Amino acid sequence: MSVEQQYIDLFSQQKDSICRHSTDVLNLQRESAFEYFQQLGFPTRKQENYRYIDISKFFEPDYGLNLNRLDIPVNPYEVFKCDVPNMSTALYFVVNDLCYSKDCSDSNLPEGVIVGGFNEVAKTHPELLAKYYGKLADSSKDGVTAFNTAFAQDGIVLYVPKNVVVDKPIQLVNILRSGVNLMVNRRILIILEDGAQARFLVCDHAMDQVKFLSTQITEVFVGKNAMFDLYELESTHTNVVRINNMFVKQASNSRVHLNGMTLHNGVTRNSTHVTLAGEGAEVNLCGMAIADKNQQVDNNTMIDHVVPNCTSNELFKYVLDDEAIGIFAGLVLVRPGAQHTNSQQTNRNLCLTREARMYTRPQLEIYADDVKCSHGATVGQLDETALFYMQQRGISIREARLLLMFAFVNEVIDTIRLDALKERLHMLVEKRFRGELNKCHGCAICK
Amino acid sequence: MLEIKDLHANVDGKEILRGINLTVKPGEVHAIMGPNGSGKSTLSAVLVGNPAFEVTKGSVSFCGKDLLEMSPEDRSHEGIFLSFQYPVEIPGVSMVNFMRAAVNEQRKYRGLPALNASEFLKLMREKREIVELDNKLANRSVNEGFSGGEKKRNEIFQMAMLNPLLSILDETDSGLDIDALRIVAEGVNKLKTSENSCIVITHYQRLLDYVKPDIVHVLYKGKIVKTAGPELALELEEKGYDWIKKELGE
Repeated sequence: MSVEQQYIDLFSQQKDSICRHSTDVLNLQRESAFEYFQQLGFPTRKQENYRYIDISKFFEPDYGLNLNRLDIPVNPYEVFKCDVPNMSTALYFVVNDLCYSKDCSDSNLPEGVIVGGFNEVAKTHPELLAKYYGKLADSSKDGVTAFNTAFAQDGIVLYVPKNVVVDKPIQLVNILRSGVNLMVNRRILIILEDGAQARFLVCDHAMDQVKFLSTQITEVFVGKNAMFDLYELESTHTNVVRINNMFVKQASNSRVHLNGMTLHNGVTRNSTHVTLAGEGAEVNLCGMAIADKNQQVDNNTMIDHVVPNCTSNELFKYVLDDEAIGIFAGLVLVRPGAQHTNSQQTNRNLCLTREARMYTRPQLEIYADDVKCSHGATVGQLDETALFYMQQRGISIREARLLLMFAFVNEVIDTIRLDALKERLHMLVEKRFRGELNKCHGCAICK
Repeated sequence: MLEIKDLHANVDGKEILRGINLTVKPGEVHAIMGPNGSGKSTLSAVLVGNPAFEVTKGSVSFCGKDLLEMSPEDRSHEGIFLSFQYPVEIPGVSMVNFMRAAVNEQRKYRGLPALNASEFLKLMREKREIVELDNKLANRSVNEGFSGGEKKRNEIFQMAMLNPLLSILDETDSGLDIDALRIVAEGVNKLKTSENSCIVITHYQRLLDYVKPDIVHVLYKGKIVKTAGPELALELEEKGYDWIKKELGE
């Protein structure tokens, strides 16, 4: 029996209860997505974009799915009390895929801003969901996207109306919580109308030591002149598999900053697809991974320069210890006519042991002749001459290595435009390198 | 203070030092001169424990302890400092964090409590003035984007911070203009006491005009072939090394 078969059976048998516990907009796309899933199946290493990790095998184990939306006995507001120190955020929780819509008492978001679960937003703003849901994530192109679209029942929606500036960062804490092995299929939909501004921090955590498999599809629409920062921080544990497909579409003169940081994980696959659809749009796409033991981190990015005069900067850094595996594949596509594209891609990696493996694959496809595009990728070890220089000054070899490792990843952390988060991350990264952040203790950001 | 006996060392299997004997007493300034490739930098590298160099024979004792048994960091903690010929750039590591780690590890080794932030910054400020090092440089990454002169001044600044018993200046004068040379040399002199010693490795007399040596050695083909007073440096400046080679029967 193929890996897919158990899910095909499950969908056929449970389709009614999946739909009953979800909402019309999501249900409308389920059937066609399921058909695509049957055709495509889960990705295997035969597909170029999945060459190094066999995604399909992670779907083999028998996970529980909470299709009937039984309440998980947890009150996240009890478990996670504080914000990032010195940073007040509007704080929201998604436990597995269920959004706890009651936000912080002091959040006070500007009028018209919507943050909430799909089922809840569907009641008040069905037209909004209908207009945007599933419009970027194309089920016909990717097995995981199709699978998620067929099974996802909920998640979170963020909407910022035209010209509204949300000063306070919005923080979403995704918590995986279960007594048995669990699969979670979650959606995130983010819409910034023209001229809107917001900063969004997403923290991924796992509370229990069971096996988790989460698939998450994130769709982000950024209007003209809008500004959006999205920081994603994963601090889970070695039994967690996270597959995240993100799709971003930017209108003209919009500014987007994306930063995905993997602090602690099991297997992580982040696919990020950015479409620069309006002239003058700019994206900074950054990422960092710290992995040891048998952890695996795969960042697959695609930046699509559709129109002229857009800018993209990519910076990804990995520190791999023990037998960890890192993968970076970055495609920059400059379409015909996308003149004056300015694109830069950098991927630098440290392999601290002989057993650690890094696969890096920068790709440029350029179909315009007046562009400035550059890329660089390196895999190396810590600089021996720098280590010795520090030792000569009395710094122990262990501290010297740590200093160089911080320096290495700080370049990515320093792109963060939230000072409190930046400081917090410096501390978390230090703990991580010192081996003091071995498992998830709830929200690492909050504690 | 330092006693080197019959020291032999290899790099990549090639013998560079072939029996060095040298004794440095507290308060002394020794100059080591010699033609290119004679082993001057190798000697300094071996003394600070650079892993690229292999000691094959001989002994080095420092204040009565076996130096060759110690890790590079412990040699530093014991009071040996090398001003590098080519100071290393360390992007992303700020001078402040770098020096704080160095100073506090030294204090820990000596059983002293770590300096708090304000004590440390005060120390930085004090020592910076010795070599007229700009505050801006102190806030930057270690040596990154520093000019040649700034790098050498930064070496002497670090020397001031760590207050070593024995400083080895490896061609600290190379790449310096006259003003920078004066500042660096004055810095070295300000740090000089009757307790601490200095080994100055150089090609030229001009640094020795400022930092007056008590004893001058000529290193040639991995051995010290001549030792005399400061007048030897002047003689070398004037006549080169050929007459020494002749004396050796070459």
